[in-house]
Amino acid sequence: MTSFRFDTGGLIDRSSVIDFSFDGRTLTGHGGDTLASALLANGQLLMGRSFKYHRPRSVITAGAAEPNALMEIGEGGRLEPNTRATMQEIYDGLVAKSQNRWPTLDRDFGAINSIASSLFVAGFYYKTFMWPKKFWEAIYEPIIRRAAGLGHLSHEDDPDRYEKAYAHCDVLVVGSGPTGLMAALSAARSGASVILADEHASCGGSLLREREEIAGQPGHEWAAGTLAELAAMSNVTIMARTTVIGAYDQGVFGALERVQKHVAVPDHDVPVEKLWRIVAKACVMATGAEERPIVFGGNDRPGVMTASAMRAYANQYAVAAGRSACVFTASDSGYRTARDMKAHGVHVEAIIDARSDAPEIDTDGVPVLTGAVVTNVDGGKHAMKAIEIDRGSGHETIPCQSLAMSGGWSPVVHLACHQGARPSWDEDAYCFMPPLNNPAIIPAGSANAVWSLSKCLADGAARGEQAAKLAGFKTRKTPVPKAKDETSHTSAPVWWVKQSTGKPFVDYQNDVTAKDLPLAAREGYDHIELAKRYTTSGMATDQGKLGNVNAIGILADATGKDMHEIGTTTFRPFYTPVSFGALGGQHVDAHFRPVRMSPLHNWAADLGAEFVETGLWYRSSWFPRDGDDWLAAMTREVLNTRAHVGLCDVSTLGKIDIKGKDATEFINRLYSNAFAKLPVGKARYGLMLREDGFVGDDGTTSRLSENHYFMTTTTGHAAETMRDIEFAHQALWPELDVQYASVTDQWAQMAIAGPKARDVLAKIVDTDLSNDAFGFLAAKQVRVLGSIPAMLFRISFSGELAYELAVPAGYGEAVANAIMHAGEPYGIGPYGLEALSAMRIEKGFVTHNEINGRVTAGDVGMGRMLSKKKDYIGRMMSERDGLDDPDREQLVGVKPLNPANRFRAGSHLVNLGDKPSLKTDQGYVSSVAYSPMLESWVGLAMLKHGRERHGQKVMLWDGLRDVYMEAEVCDPVFFDPAQEKAHG
Amino acid sequence: MAYLINCPYCGPRTTDEFYIKGDASKQRPDTIGDGTLDTWHDYVHIRENVRGRMAEHWHHTGGCRQWLVVERDTVSHEIYAVTPASTWATSRKGSSTAARKKPARKTAARKATGRKTGGRAKT
Repeated sequence: MTSFRFDTGGLIDRSSVIDFSFDGRTLTGHGGDTLASALLANGQLLMGRSFKYHRPRSVITAGAAEPNALMEIGEGGRLEPNTRATMQEIYDGLVAKSQNRWPTLDRDFGAINSIASSLFVAGFYYKTFMWPKKFWEAIYEPIIRRAAGLGHLSHEDDPDRYEKAYAHCDVLVVGSGPTGLMAALSAARSGASVILADEHASCGGSLLREREEIAGQPGHEWAAGTLAELAAMSNVTIMARTTVIGAYDQGVFGALERVQKHVAVPDHDVPVEKLWRIVAKACVMATGAEERPIVFGGNDRPGVMTASAMRAYANQYAVAAGRSACVFTASDSGYRTARDMKAHGVHVEAIIDARSDAPEIDTDGVPVLTGAVVTNVDGGKHAMKAIEIDRGSGHETIPCQSLAMSGGWSPVVHLACHQGARPSWDEDAYCFMPPLNNPAIIPAGSANAVWSLSKCLADGAARGEQAAKLAGFKTRKTPVPKAKDETSHTSAPVWWVKQSTGKPFVDYQNDVTAKDLPLAAREGYDHIELAKRYTTSGMATDQGKLGNVNAIGILADATGKDMHEIGTTTFRPFYTPVSFGALGGQHVDAHFRPVRMSPLHNWAADLGAEFVETGLWYRSSWFPRDGDDWLAAMTREVLNTRAHVGLCDVSTLGKIDIKGKDATEFINRLYSNAFAKLPVGKARYGLMLREDGFVGDDGTTSRLSENHYFMTTTTGHAAETMRDIEFAHQALWPELDVQYASVTDQWAQMAIAGPKARDVLAKIVDTDLSNDAFGFLAAKQVRVLGSIPAMLFRISFSGELAYELAVPAGYGEAVANAIMHAGEPYGIGPYGLEALSAMRIEKGFVTHNEINGRVTAGDVGMGRMLSKKKDYIGRMMSERDGLDDPDREQLVGVKPLNPANRFRAGSHLVNLGDKPSLKTDQGYVSSVAYSPMLESWVGLAMLKHGRERHGQKVMLWDGLRDVYMEAEVCDPVFFDPAQEKAHG
Repeated sequence: MAYLINCPYCGPRTTDEFYIKGDASKQRPDTIGDGTLDTWHDYVHIRENVRGRMAEHWHHTGGCRQWLVVERDTVSHEIYAVTPASTWATSRKGSSTAARKKPARKTAARKATGRKTGGRAKT
């Protein structure tokens, strides 16, 4: 309980008191607090347990890179694990829980791992859990997963809304510190439209966290004034709580806006998070720099944090981790921390500077020990006690309650690297510099290793102008306000204090220690990408924002290479984790998979239809009566249709209207069979091949007038066929004068089938339906019910005397009802997809069950539909050797010897006496139905040499259900092979 | 992959709206003319795995439903030109049967889009 809040100071609103809970304990904080600062204010230094060793951990940073203070926030469906306490604003009623501990954060059983830590070296899992093989899934993995959990997922639905949004601007400025503010100001003054995005709740960046002055004002006041000026400009949009997470091609940036993650009860009319795509002509990357920890013994103890984090907590939030502090630094940042902490009344014992040639810097009286290092930290879960240092003359102990560390700065280069470029090591600045491959992404300020405040202000102004110019604006020089600077900003790297007596951590979140990297190198994993995966350094949710550069330095030491040779791992979006909710956006539930309803949906629903999903469509499947099941309903519907008359919704068929001088020629090139001489007033069945010669789709096309056709496709392939037709015209034969439009949704289409179909239709259609006037395959534009324009086709997918009637979609329900009414005296009944299927199988008509992309026209008995007289899609390839091989599987019918034996599509066929195997396989069953007319289960199948084998017996094998069944091969047309009914 | 495609009919649109068919460098052989099975095999099956500049057929499925030829760099992701597939096909048919090697694609692109890298075409 060493951490506390100062009595005065900070940018928090002490007048607002906010209640929240942590691990069930109710605590209070103030407006402007993050969860991390509020916990520190409450003396709650311990915030989590580490991943592997379950070591007690507190915050290391005050920002997005935080590896330790990860919490579960919220309850029920709103629970979100792995939230960084440093980024989470507190709100009334916030519920936070620590992670990775059992049973409690204070008494964590998993800490026993720390005692056995010599076992948990790099590659531990690979080395240990290799064998026996079957133990992996059954034993090792479940245990490891339970032990290594980083928070829990809620299994409840997320009640909140998420959205995706687009924004466009001339200049995107990422980061609103001194550099970003000046960049936004200078770009905006040129007239360019500017978006200024910052990941924190309040804009201002380091100006909120440092005690520096600009133009005679405290930095945060200057920031507030500048923000007010920007906000007043109509061409500027300021987006706080918005993390730019990725840079993509052509100036597209991804950004995550946390709209309502800081409120107790989100407004349901507003999303909680918004995923933005921002399209910008130029981007000023004012993302700042990350302070590097130093790798020394006990550098993970609660109370140890980066020097800039300690300043941020003190200056912005008025909290400190302890009443006394030491500073361990290899850069000037540590000196600033010593002065700031002293000013806040924290007793600063000493500055331990690893540099023996440390520059003379004003320390306000704090003693400086140069050429010294910290070798261990003595402390427990709740308080740090002392540090152990080494000045080259043995170990000494300095008591203190907190320790600031600064190993130098790493520019936040991610956005400049997301398109594949890598940063390069700069020997003078001791950091990786952002690549400049993309001229539209302009690094500025400390993101480009510009360290002092006055230079950052000037650099921001210049880069803002540069960006505006790139976006096509004329700029004028923006006056840069004066600021007082630190004297120098050198920082020599200290990668690893080798004389450490405690455990030195490189990657906090994955518990990678300094020893692991040389070990990986010794074992052959010395490439940075391999070392990363072998040690897991940089693989946690923080992606090594703090640890990676130290890891590279240690690996360089271990291998004798320089930093540039080692290089970095690949930077990939996203910069920080993004919730699945935000990625899904509004595409959830019905918006994820919309429902397509036929214009006759309500007609079918009123008649009690059961629906089935086919793609996005809901199709009426059967019409139960008196509680009968699908089989009984289907049987009744088939028998009624074949004996009297039935009405079926076929609106889901793809429908394409084709017109133009060259429409005939065009259609003739699409279908494999002849269409050039199709007379006006006639429909024809057509087969479409793919260019590789296999069957693609089928359907009917009717010639309504000289240059006007109406084409139908299958339901399942409607979209693909439309696209193929567009391709055939635009990319292959643009010289043809033809127009086409998908009219699938414009027409309601119904099949009226059965011996009484003509009698029923005659009552509502204004045309002569006699066989002479409107024979088989006739097609005509007609009127129904006196005035409704319609198309009538005499086509039959049931084998009955049948018509298909298309009416404008809005009239569908009314016309269907009228037909039902007119058909009542004739015993009309509705029939669904099940009955339609059974009847087409009885008739041996193929669907995509048969034409599944692997069959040729010959395979399904339509070899004669391949014209030899014309060019068409797929013609040449369909004539390849092998596609007419007699050994190919051919369409047949199959009937089980016992008609009551149900079998399934997908069953394989083998010769009697053969054991099913790839070698003995003779084919497979493609469609199965119960045939009410044959009173038997029947199927269509693809069988080797099938057409020669009618009458033979084969074995049906259903491996999934372990069913063997003898069946007889027969002609695929089970019912009315002479086609008498359809022509009647 | 590029993020914005400058459709000659609709203006700049995100790649989400497009369906990509692939290589547009091949020209469909004439079946009756020079269409031997070898040339057909090449047209239907053989594709280069291009590193660098490549022309592809893209379909603006979520927009104007026009087939386009997008010339892009598979490494740098730069988009060089977006041309209506009909313009592309017509220009290549012009230079057809005998010399079917390098199409005059730059001209086609400019004609179609008004500018070098695209723009709004009048349709």
